Amino acid sequence: MYYKSKSYQAAYLLIIAFLAALTILCILPMIHVLAVSFSGKAPSSGNLVFLWPKEFTVDAYQKTFGNERFIRSLLISIERSALGVSLGMTITLLTAYPLSKSKSSFGRQSVYMWFFVITMLFNGGLVPTYIVIQKLHLLNSIWALILPMLVNVWNIILMLNFFRGIPKDLEEAALIDGAGQLRTLFYVYLPVSLPSIVTLSLFTLVTHWNAWFDGLIYLSNPDRWPLATLLQNIIVDLNFASLALNPASLGDISDRTVKAAQIFIGALPVLVVYPFLQKFFVKGVVIGAVKE
Amino acid sequence: MRLERHVRSARTTWIFDAMLLPAVFLTLLFAYLPILGLVSAFQDYKPWLGFFRSPWVGLDHFRYIFEREDGPQVIWNTLAISGMKIVAGLAAPLFFALLLNEVRQMWFKRTIQTIVYLPHFLSWVIFSGILLDILSVNGIVNKALVTLFHIKPIAFLSDGTLFRFIVVVSDVWKEFGFGTIVFLAALAGVNPALYEAAEIDGASRWRQTLYITVPSIMPIVVVLLTLSLGNVLNANFDQIFNMYSPIVYDKGDIIDTFVYRIGILNGELSFGAAMGMFKSVVGLILILSAYRAALKWANYRIF
Repeated sequence: MYYKSKSYQAAYLLIIAFLAALTILCILPMIHVLAVSFSGKAPSSGNLVFLWPKEFTVDAYQKTFGNERFIRSLLISIERSALGVSLGMTITLLTAYPLSKSKSSFGRQSVYMWFFVITMLFNGGLVPTYIVIQKLHLLNSIWALILPMLVNVWNIILMLNFFRGIPKDLEEAALIDGAGQLRTLFYVYLPVSLPSIVTLSLFTLVTHWNAWFDGLIYLSNPDRWPLATLLQNIIVDLNFASLALNPASLGDISDRTVKAAQIFIGALPVLVVYPFLQKFFVKGVVIGAVKE
Repeated sequence: MRLERHVRSARTTWIFDAMLLPAVFLTLLFAYLPILGLVSAFQDYKPWLGFFRSPWVGLDHFRYIFEREDGPQVIWNTLAISGMKIVAGLAAPLFFALLLNEVRQMWFKRTIQTIVYLPHFLSWVIFSGILLDILSVNGIVNKALVTLFHIKPIAFLSDGTLFRFIVVVSDVWKEFGFGTIVFLAALAGVNPALYEAAEIDGASRWRQTLYITVPSIMPIVVVLLTLSLGNVLNANFDQIFNMYSPIVYDKGDIIDTFVYRIGILNGELSFGAAMGMFKSVVGLILILSAYRAALKWANYRIF
């Protein structure tokens, strides 16, 4: 066997060491920022914090959660995600079910399919979309963040591929028992595909939680921004002071811990959902890419 | 009789149309209406005049893309940045997957996978926040460099050439883990009999990799490469927008960020629409040719 040879064993050790080093390098910056968020002001502005908090404190978090604007945006994000996920999944199920039918039972299937797939290949772009949202009087409404994202063609394709894997006998049995198509979808297909539904819901949740740009262009009043947009504004926009090649401009750096805390809070829901996602996304990605 | 009636009722498909209605309505509204809105690219569109009364200007805006100084520059930047991303974004996961595939300790493999997949799910806002913090002049990276090599702090994000480099590296950092999934799946699909035969012939692991593993996953590499060429005009708005600043516009500004600044912020709606349409049309042509090529060379179908 090849892995008994001396030279392979040496190479194997090198591989393990390399992989470990690269992986650690990959998360070090995140741990660093996390450590900064729990550190006192002085050590973090002096950049003395590395991977472990110095002068441990939760001041930055208290300050963040004491901020009325932050809380308001957090609630808006929760509202947006809840509406976006529930309505979006309803649409996904209702759309994927008929599209999963074969041509013999639903003749117009391929017409509808193309109708949706074309939108993946070609779109009007930023400005015309903006004009449409404006003409529909959706500017400054939370629906501007939800309605355009409800039809997610990629999710629909994943869902319909899953539906196609469900034995046809189940559907036939339900229809013979006198259930209509809607009833079949909700009482036969839905319970069977619960794991897929949960996965797609989590993906949709992450998408809604992370979305920041639509808030920036469609909502002119910062009081109505979801958290991602607010964070974008705080973390990214105002940071140029610390970017300039001028070590004297330390004015902005004193709230480095607060920014670090906000980065971490912004990422937290994703971090919580991630372990559940991880179980499933490998499957989803492979369905989309490697097909036999 | 009874059975036949039910089968026939299953054939009445109006219920399917009804189920599709909400999605069709929303798609018409938010995907097809904006496509119609592209007429504004051929007009001097004014919001108060609308699509019907705004004056027509033909291809003026499209000509202006190439006449103004920053137009071709922005297109070139987009191609340069996403070209580098395509190469690095394919090579890094491939290399990592090949190494990871050697690992036999499952717990070790799983731990590594869990960690490297994670950044894919963080938004670019969060990720840029981390990057801006560690790459700032007072940040940890500069501190390390200064202590180790006794050099002056480097302004990573205010120098155009460095900026492009950082954009590519950070994109690889965020996405390489996720990219390995496809390759790992392809590697798992290689016929084990091939390795057994090579083993009997006395081939070393290196030779097995070179003559079995690499040729086996070449088709998927070709597919991914062709498909990503179809996406070459997307250099990632989210990333650039959250990392760039006016200092690096000359090398870091891409089509999407340009459209946002000129079209939305400056209110030159028609010009923004024209630039966006240029991108969409070229993108469509590229994607369709990429699919054709993938079908021809690797017999790959999406649907």
